[in-house]
Amino acid sequence: MSATTSASELGAPLSKGRGAGFGHQLLAEWTKIRSVRSTYWTLIVFVIATLGLTALFGWLTVHAIESGRAARRSASLSSDPVDFILGTGLGLGQLAICVLGVLTMTTEYSTGVIRASLLAVPKRLHVLAAKAVVFAVLIFILGEIAAFCSFFIGKVIVAPVATVTLSQPGVTRAVVGAGLYLTVLGLFALAIGTLVRHSAGAIAIVIFLVLIAPGLLSLLDTYDWGAHIHAWFPITAGGYITSDHQAAGQLLTAWQGFGVFCGWTALLLIVAGYLLNRRDA
Amino acid sequence: MIEVTDLTKRFADKVAVDHLSFTVEPGRVTGFLGPNGAGKSTTMRLIVGLDHPTTGSATINGKRYAELPSPLRTVGALLEAKSVHSGRSARNHLLFLAQSQGLPPSRVDEMLDLVGLREVAKKRAGGFSLGMGQRLGVAAALLGDPEVLLLDEPVNGLDPEGVLWIRNLMKQLASQGKTVLVSSHLMNEMAVTADHLIVIGRGRLLAAASTEEVIARGSGQSVRVRTPDAERLTALISAEGGSAVPASNGNGNGNGTESGDHAPVLTVTGVPAARIGELAASAQIVLHELTPQLATLEDAFLELTAGSLEFGHATTGPAGTEEAAQPKQESVR
Repeated sequence: MSATTSASELGAPLSKGRGAGFGHQLLAEWTKIRSVRSTYWTLIVFVIATLGLTALFGWLTVHAIESGRAARRSASLSSDPVDFILGTGLGLGQLAICVLGVLTMTTEYSTGVIRASLLAVPKRLHVLAAKAVVFAVLIFILGEIAAFCSFFIGKVIVAPVATVTLSQPGVTRAVVGAGLYLTVLGLFALAIGTLVRHSAGAIAIVIFLVLIAPGLLSLLDTYDWGAHIHAWFPITAGGYITSDHQAAGQLLTAWQGFGVFCGWTALLLIVAGYLLNRRDA
Repeated sequence: MIEVTDLTKRFADKVAVDHLSFTVEPGRVTGFLGPNGAGKSTTMRLIVGLDHPTTGSATINGKRYAELPSPLRTVGALLEAKSVHSGRSARNHLLFLAQSQGLPPSRVDEMLDLVGLREVAKKRAGGFSLGMGQRLGVAAALLGDPEVLLLDEPVNGLDPEGVLWIRNLMKQLASQGKTVLVSSHLMNEMAVTADHLIVIGRGRLLAAASTEEVIARGSGQSVRVRTPDAERLTALISAEGGSAVPASNGNGNGNGTESGDHAPVLTVTGVPAARIGELAASAQIVLHELTPQLATLEDAFLELTAGSLEFGHATTGPAGTEEAAQPKQESVR
């Protein structure tokens, strides 16, 4: 076997350039996230659930009001139309974002790709950071699109009973805030996925925290200390930014709440990064 | 070059790697042998930083794996456990790896051609056969044109053609001056592939030497002797400083039995065949058979690992332990 055939069989020798940087890591994570079907499925479910349910709930409610069967709902819709629009579709669609956030990390473990990833990038925090950045940008863009589409669909549907426009105080902030909330929620789920490393367990925990825990904590609202716990709970605090006004007795402003949510998420990501570094992969 | 120094990995309930030290030199294929559970895979995972050592260190060209700027350009590793997303195509798997190292996408296509996966590059890797999966793993390992190759059981599940392909590939890489460490529990495979061997058992080093040396050292070049007068011959051999023991597979095996010879068979070590003949002649002992036994790597391996399994972690004690511990002193060289 001659040296020339060896060289060609093994591919051209590569020049030993400088090391790869964080930009390369971002590109690699983007390739990972766009090259598996679960990303597309969860995002399709997110968009359909968000827009479809916004339209469905809006239409059913308006219909009920117009036929005179729902005076009570009428009050809620006409006093709080923005909350109604952003709370219905996105309230369920957010679960798809939670699932995708968890899966983005846990499938690395379930498929063993984590080994390939860490061989390529042994600085593990870079892997987590690149993944978080790519995922956050993707969810922010899709989240904002979904939030604005939801708003406009809802606005048209509730027009017979309530009038909402982006120019009303707090409305634009609430719609933009819905996209921000989804982005941070996705990172929150990604951090839990990194901590738990198993898809089913991590998804169960996130769904409990998002759907069930806020309701349980609201039972504490009758106590002064309980109301504080409830208000500072990440999902509750984060949700304040999706409302165009501050409810009576709401302990945190929209941006304060969002800051609390970001703080919790940052804390979880830091713990996740610490454990990612410490554990055997 | 890979240097492993006093490497220990303790899991909750067991010591997987036990104060292991060895060096893997460039320009040759180094076989990493040991029975299942000896700690081969753990050692490799420690070298590439997937597991954290309890004590000791492993360096590649003088650096810890995590300190390598674009590690895939220095080290290519094919680990035993799968590391591909079943829903991702072969091309996208290699593509993200290439991107993480700042390698051009054209390199991915080169590798797909090299391992013969071009045709199925866009298919989901979940549908790959074991052999195709190994080829994808090899493509990933060679992606960055690394100087150091770590291959954990690379021929597992490959058909004979695939085995030959891997074998030639390893030799070729070594001939280009690369460092090649390949683990296996298949002794015969190592005998034809590896120039140098590192043998471990229970996480401890049993031998680190050239393949020929391990074979030679292993069975100590025994001689098979068949004689009706076994007792007298045994005494003579003992007087000469050798040892003669009744062969365990005495009359049951091959040569001589078909002639209906029921004379006892001895396995003699420490005395060459020619000298046994002279001793027998001088004492007028009749020999029916005098056969020097060529040790195989398998024999050597079984002998080495049997010691480690039998005597466990004892550091002093019966002869077998000394034999097992002896090569350890020459491990760092």
